Amino acid sequence: MAKSQTPPLARRGFLKGAAAGAAAGAAALVAPVSAEPQDTTQRTVAVPPTAAQRAAENATPAVAIENIQIVERPGADYMVDVFKSLGFEYLFATPGSSFRGIHESVINHGGNHDPEFITFMHEECSVAAANGYAKIEGKPALVCAHGTVGIQHAAMAIYNAYCDQAPAFIIAGNIADAAERRGRVEWLHAAQDVAATVRDYTKWDDNPGSLTHFGESAVRGYQVAMTAPTMPVLLAADGVLQEGEAPKEFDWRIPKLPKISQPAGDSAAVAELAQMLVAAENPVIVTSRSARTPAGLKLLVELAELTGAGVIDQQRRMNFPTRHPLNQTQRSRATVANADLILGLEVYDFFGVVHTLGGQVNVVPRSIIKPGTKLVSISSSDLFYKSNYQNFQRFEDVDISIPADAEATLPALIEAVKRLLTDDRKQAIQTRAAKLAQANRQALEQTRTAASYAWDASPVSTARLSAELWAQIKDQDWSLVSDPFWVSNWPLRLWDFTKHYQFIGGAGGEGVGYLAPAALGAAIANKKHGRLSVSIQSDGDLMMANGVLWTAAHHRIPLLTVMHNNRAYHQEIMQLQRVANQHNRGVDIDKCRIGTEIANPNIDYTMLAKSMGVQAEGPISDPRDLSAAIQRGIRVVKGGDPYLIDVITQPR
Amino acid sequence: MIRYFIIVILIASSSLVAQSPGNVENGKRQFVKLGCYTCHGYQGQGGGAGAKLAPHPISVTNLIAYVRRPAGSMPPFTKKVVSDEVLTDVQAYLASIPAPPPAKDIPLLNQ
Repeated sequence: MAKSQTPPLARRGFLKGAAAGAAAGAAALVAPVSAEPQDTTQRTVAVPPTAAQRAAENATPAVAIENIQIVERPGADYMVDVFKSLGFEYLFATPGSSFRGIHESVINHGGNHDPEFITFMHEECSVAAANGYAKIEGKPALVCAHGTVGIQHAAMAIYNAYCDQAPAFIIAGNIADAAERRGRVEWLHAAQDVAATVRDYTKWDDNPGSLTHFGESAVRGYQVAMTAPTMPVLLAADGVLQEGEAPKEFDWRIPKLPKISQPAGDSAAVAELAQMLVAAENPVIVTSRSARTPAGLKLLVELAELTGAGVIDQQRRMNFPTRHPLNQTQRSRATVANADLILGLEVYDFFGVVHTLGGQVNVVPRSIIKPGTKLVSISSSDLFYKSNYQNFQRFEDVDISIPADAEATLPALIEAVKRLLTDDRKQAIQTRAAKLAQANRQALEQTRTAASYAWDASPVSTARLSAELWAQIKDQDWSLVSDPFWVSNWPLRLWDFTKHYQFIGGAGGEGVGYLAPAALGAAIANKKHGRLSVSIQSDGDLMMANGVLWTAAHHRIPLLTVMHNNRAYHQEIMQLQRVANQHNRGVDIDKCRIGTEIANPNIDYTMLAKSMGVQAEGPISDPRDLSAAIQRGIRVVKGGDPYLIDVITQPR
Repeated sequence: MIRYFIIVILIASSSLVAQSPGNVENGKRQFVKLGCYTCHGYQGQGGGAGAKLAPHPISVTNLIAYVRRPAGSMPPFTKKVVSDEVLTDVQAYLASIPAPPPAKDIPLLNQ
């Protein structure tokens, strides 16, 4: 790294120099360029420039500009070097002047490579894309957001990632020193504490006052984000620090990122759990997010096969193969009811696993487990709580709580179980596993029968859509990058998921506007691996974030988007109808559509996509047309571009 | 022989239709108007939000009884909201929905 001999130059000095130069060169300008706040009234009316002004703007300055100072070693270059050391492949952002120093350094100093700037059209999309990216790649993408307004835009997606326990590394541009702010807009976009808006749902944040501080906090933040429970962190990047000269004495040292170990359960608790698992007659494992990495999936398979435990996958990650004989997800209620031991691995709502809540006006919880059933939880969520947002769910009185990362705990648990297995227990486990395998086969047959209903219906049934899509991708290296909850989870029920990257779960905070950008972020991660990314995209969600279509086209992100277009915020139709009936007045469906339909006019998603450079076709309402359309889409996507197919579907 | 077979089928079909006293067309309209389709699908196929209702629906008596006092998250439909007669028509519509081919005969569901 070349070191400048120029004296350190603060942003204020640079601005004054620039202002003086500008004033000298454009002396006829009515509104003088100044470091001082401008008179805001001058911006309220757009006045055409005078001839003198036009001449001044276009003329070459005749007088040598004095007092110009060049920043040879901007702080942002150091920041970018820190980013490179942390291995960020991408910077997801909507551009904003509060991080323009970083933006420029990413391009000129960093060569727009590791990280590469990916342009999003809303900060919510930037963060949601980072959420999807992290769940495929296992590490955060870098996100930059523009001061107060950028962070406010990003907020819901940050909350989703926080609830989803997905790491994200967010930079908030800010100009902390009031004397450095140019005019009213920079005041509006600056904050005394820019992280405050999202502090309730980030794991950690800092506001570095020097480059040394920035480097240390960046590495610390990365470590915090990547330690279970993995979550978003935020660093404020001061504009003065970015754009000004690095201090002469600054040594440009980048702190070392250590190999990050994950917190495992204590050995005594693990040993006790192993005894319980071996002794149990009907152990059941419930998981939500235990496969933090691909290794987590393999470990869970090993534990399940070793203990003959049925597995219920709540599928917030790809935790367990969908067609594994021990997978009992399709008969979860019966499996839980029959259990004498339930081991929860990173379960986000243990209370909900063992209770029904009713569904009428009042919540009336009812236990569905047998008396005496033992409950054990291994969860990194127990290592980190915040107070305000209630994402931690209702308290369940488990017998053993092991506050630890499940994936990191499984190796010791597996070894402990192995040591305890006798021939008698192995025989009992084999017998149990055979019964579970039979139940699994029966459940699959029942699922296929259920999928056959309304097979030829128009609008297209969501089961048919899922089956048609599966037929075309099953022989490819595919990855489902959307949450199929909205299509009755048919893909998870019908498809053969075996690999960690084949599914990424849904929005942790259930905030709509996640799906489209998260799918794109996951597709960005899949791109270098040559995987076929497919998304079943809800219409309401896309309309909250449809700028991602342009991002997909602009950056050539291969992603097949198949619309689940039921022309409604359909969940809310059901909610409205429920309330109307509870109030004993019912509601005609036409009234139910007030405030809930996305129709009249119908949105032309094909035209929408094409307007942003994405090839598209549809709407398709005859299921017989799906196969050929999907094949056309896959051809385009395998050629490296996005493709959208609009399908008019049954509600769920 | 073939003619005889067809006649037998027609008689059997007529008797099946006759077992459902409601009006199929009105039942189809009401199935949408009442919002049944929102959870159960336009053909009563069911899914993540509602149970399968067709083909082979439950009897009119059982349907009316369940709709008045449902379990789970389904809201109750009182007589003020929907009459027994309309529910009879809805059941007739559900009974008119033909069964799909067996899943084992649908190639896309066997892969």
